[in-house]
Amino acid sequence: MTRADVRKTYKLYLGGAFPRSESGRSYAVEDAKGRFWAHASRASRKDARDAVVAARKAFDGWSGRTAYNRGQVVYRVAEVLESRRDQFEAELRTAEGITASRARTYVDAAIDRLVWYAGWSDKLAQVVGGANPVSGPYLNHSAPEPTGVVAVLAPAGPLLGLVSVVAPVIATGNTCVVVASQPHPLTAITLGEVMATSDVPAGVVNVLTGPQDEIAPWLASHMDVDAIDLTGVEDPEAARNLEIAAADNLKRVRRPAAEDWLATPGLDRMTDFLETKTVWHPMGL
Amino acid sequence: MATFEYAPAPESRSAVTLRASYGLFVNGEFVDGRGTPFKTTDPATEEVLAEVAEADERDVDDAVKAARRAHTRVWSRMSGSERGKYLFRIARLVQERAREIAVLETLDNGKPIKEARDVDVPTAAAHFFYYAGWADKLEHAGLGTRPESLGVAGQVIPWNFPFLMLAWKVAPALAAGNTVVLKPAETTPLTALLFAEICQQADLPPGVVNIVTGAGATGHAVVSHDDVDKVAFTGSTEVGKAIARSVAGTTKKVTLELGGKAANIVYDDAPVDQAVEGIVDGIFFNQGHVCCAGSRLLVQESVAEEVLERLKRRMATLRVGDPLDKNTDVGAINSPEQLGRIQELVGVGEAEGAERWSAPCELPTKGSWFAPTLFTGVSQAHRIAREEIFGPVLSVLTFRTPQEAVAKANNTPYGLSAGVWSDKGSRILWTAARLRAGVVWSNTFNKFDPASPFGGYQESGYGREGGRHGLAPYLKGSER
Repeated sequence: MTRADVRKTYKLYLGGAFPRSESGRSYAVEDAKGRFWAHASRASRKDARDAVVAARKAFDGWSGRTAYNRGQVVYRVAEVLESRRDQFEAELRTAEGITASRARTYVDAAIDRLVWYAGWSDKLAQVVGGANPVSGPYLNHSAPEPTGVVAVLAPAGPLLGLVSVVAPVIATGNTCVVVASQPHPLTAITLGEVMATSDVPAGVVNVLTGPQDEIAPWLASHMDVDAIDLTGVEDPEAARNLEIAAADNLKRVRRPAAEDWLATPGLDRMTDFLETKTVWHPMGL
Repeated sequence: MATFEYAPAPESRSAVTLRASYGLFVNGEFVDGRGTPFKTTDPATEEVLAEVAEADERDVDDAVKAARRAHTRVWSRMSGSERGKYLFRIARLVQERAREIAVLETLDNGKPIKEARDVDVPTAAAHFFYYAGWADKLEHAGLGTRPESLGVAGQVIPWNFPFLMLAWKVAPALAAGNTVVLKPAETTPLTALLFAEICQQADLPPGVVNIVTGAGATGHAVVSHDDVDKVAFTGSTEVGKAIARSVAGTTKKVTLELGGKAANIVYDDAPVDQAVEGIVDGIFFNQGHVCCAGSRLLVQESVAEEVLERLKRRMATLRVGDPLDKNTDVGAINSPEQLGRIQELVGVGEAEGAERWSAPCELPTKGSWFAPTLFTGVSQAHRIAREEIFGPVLSVLTFRTPQEAVAKANNTPYGLSAGVWSDKGSRILWTAARLRAGVVWSNTFNKFDPASPFGGYQESGYGREGGRHGLAPYLKGSER
């Protein structure tokens, strides 16, 4: 007799734990061949709000870490992802029906992207900030600070796009609530397992699965969310409505645009979610 | 207490020649507006200074078309060094006409001549000078190797620093290769129209700068015009949110510089005399018509009594009155409407149980005036601790620990500026790092410089003006 394998229950990743949706709802996820693969949690408005609370709670601690330490944590995520690469390659092939070599390319790129952003955490302040030569006896300097809690609507695809939008947000000290790609939610939760075992503090990354059009409006209008990344919103009208809702507390909005996830990124995914703080102090005896 | 008596020292109005009426500045020429002309007055005397054209949607459309043509045919094709030379010319012309601009600003706005003369105008000239030098160095600004202008910028500015805000908007836009349609505030249009003359004297190509005067409807026409690529707005948070909604789903870039309710934190080891000067400068500079005004004083409990006593003594010496008098510290409230808003919120403060103290001073009988005022016994829930009053009114709260100071300072949806007063460097840096504000003044307040980025967190808006950061909002592909 063959052994029955022990299948995994996919839940949400919220506040460092893996709870089911409080709504008790789920939806069936199919593999690339259209066969039932597993159920994903169908997150509710309440889950989204709980995730924002978790992200807010984590913000002071995470943004207060040294940039060097944050870089080490993000690098650790890359290490753990590398160590579980076989699992991710297998999931990508199941989810997307791609070749082994293609799956390897995507996992390579995802790991390398984490390493790239890990290195930025303690360098960006020197690149986008600095001393300002004001006309008077003052020390004056500008430095970037994280915007706060960022809602991220992840692009389609199981892994590379997701990593490419989350890594820049957290490397600079923000915390986030991510709505995973609706057709490819399972790998996002597996990535949550990587985060949970990589010294990423609870609440820094929270992953919700379910219909984007149902969850996103609650995040866009949430008064304790500081910014929203609309990258994964494919319908222009939906993106417009989310941008309108985001204006209620003047969230910083990153609009959707065409992306090549295999290309080396620019700084904009980091700088879009940073605030410049300028500090003055007189010089004198 | 004995105080010095001052003889009147009025600045002469002779530097200014007012015209009876002013048109719009479109495509390098003054033209009639199609809307209903309106009057602009001296808020200190209620004297009508001039009649000003109102731009309607068609006028705004003409201005945008002129700006588009100028961008496509001239300004975007011109080398950065040539663009820069026009900006240098403008900077020099502003310096040459400094007295005239300062007097006109004081007449139209009501601010003390010493501030218009020593802050607004020289800082505006410095702003043009600073960005002039960037025009041929954009590829070194760290915003990409081939920075490209956006196109036409629609800019709407407020009445509190009319000429300085014009400089903040126009200088970086032009340096980056954009052309502009600028709408000054309806109560303070005159220095912008004087600037139009400066553009003519500088032989700036027609259409690079267009100035359309009017009120909210004109501003709406500017920011919602389909062919505007960039919106820059300084003003209220309410209008800023409306603009953010109106550009949703477009490709327009936006910079918003909005309201504030800045905390000015005074620790028990602060040099008290300097702190008192800073508190006064923080809230009574420009009649408190300052988005980054230090309108919430947070003073450590152990020194609160002493600080308040000295503050009141200092406030009693503030000279309120004729803005053209060179000794005047606090001028006129910009408009009867603004005076009404200040009076309303002060009334709310009293009704909610805070204790009001106003400096004993004689106010002129004509015009809009408000005596320097502070409230004690203010709680965080009071409206005067939460809402921007935009007038010479200070709300005083106390704290015991640094943690409490930071928590109270950050307890606001705004995040434009903050102040910290202490003799201890590590305490200042600890505090500055925790304040959620775009500008932190430590042991000083209300300092502005073209090289220093300015702008807010949260509902104080987004984007930065000033410095290298101030170029980014006017270039493609760069961060906000």
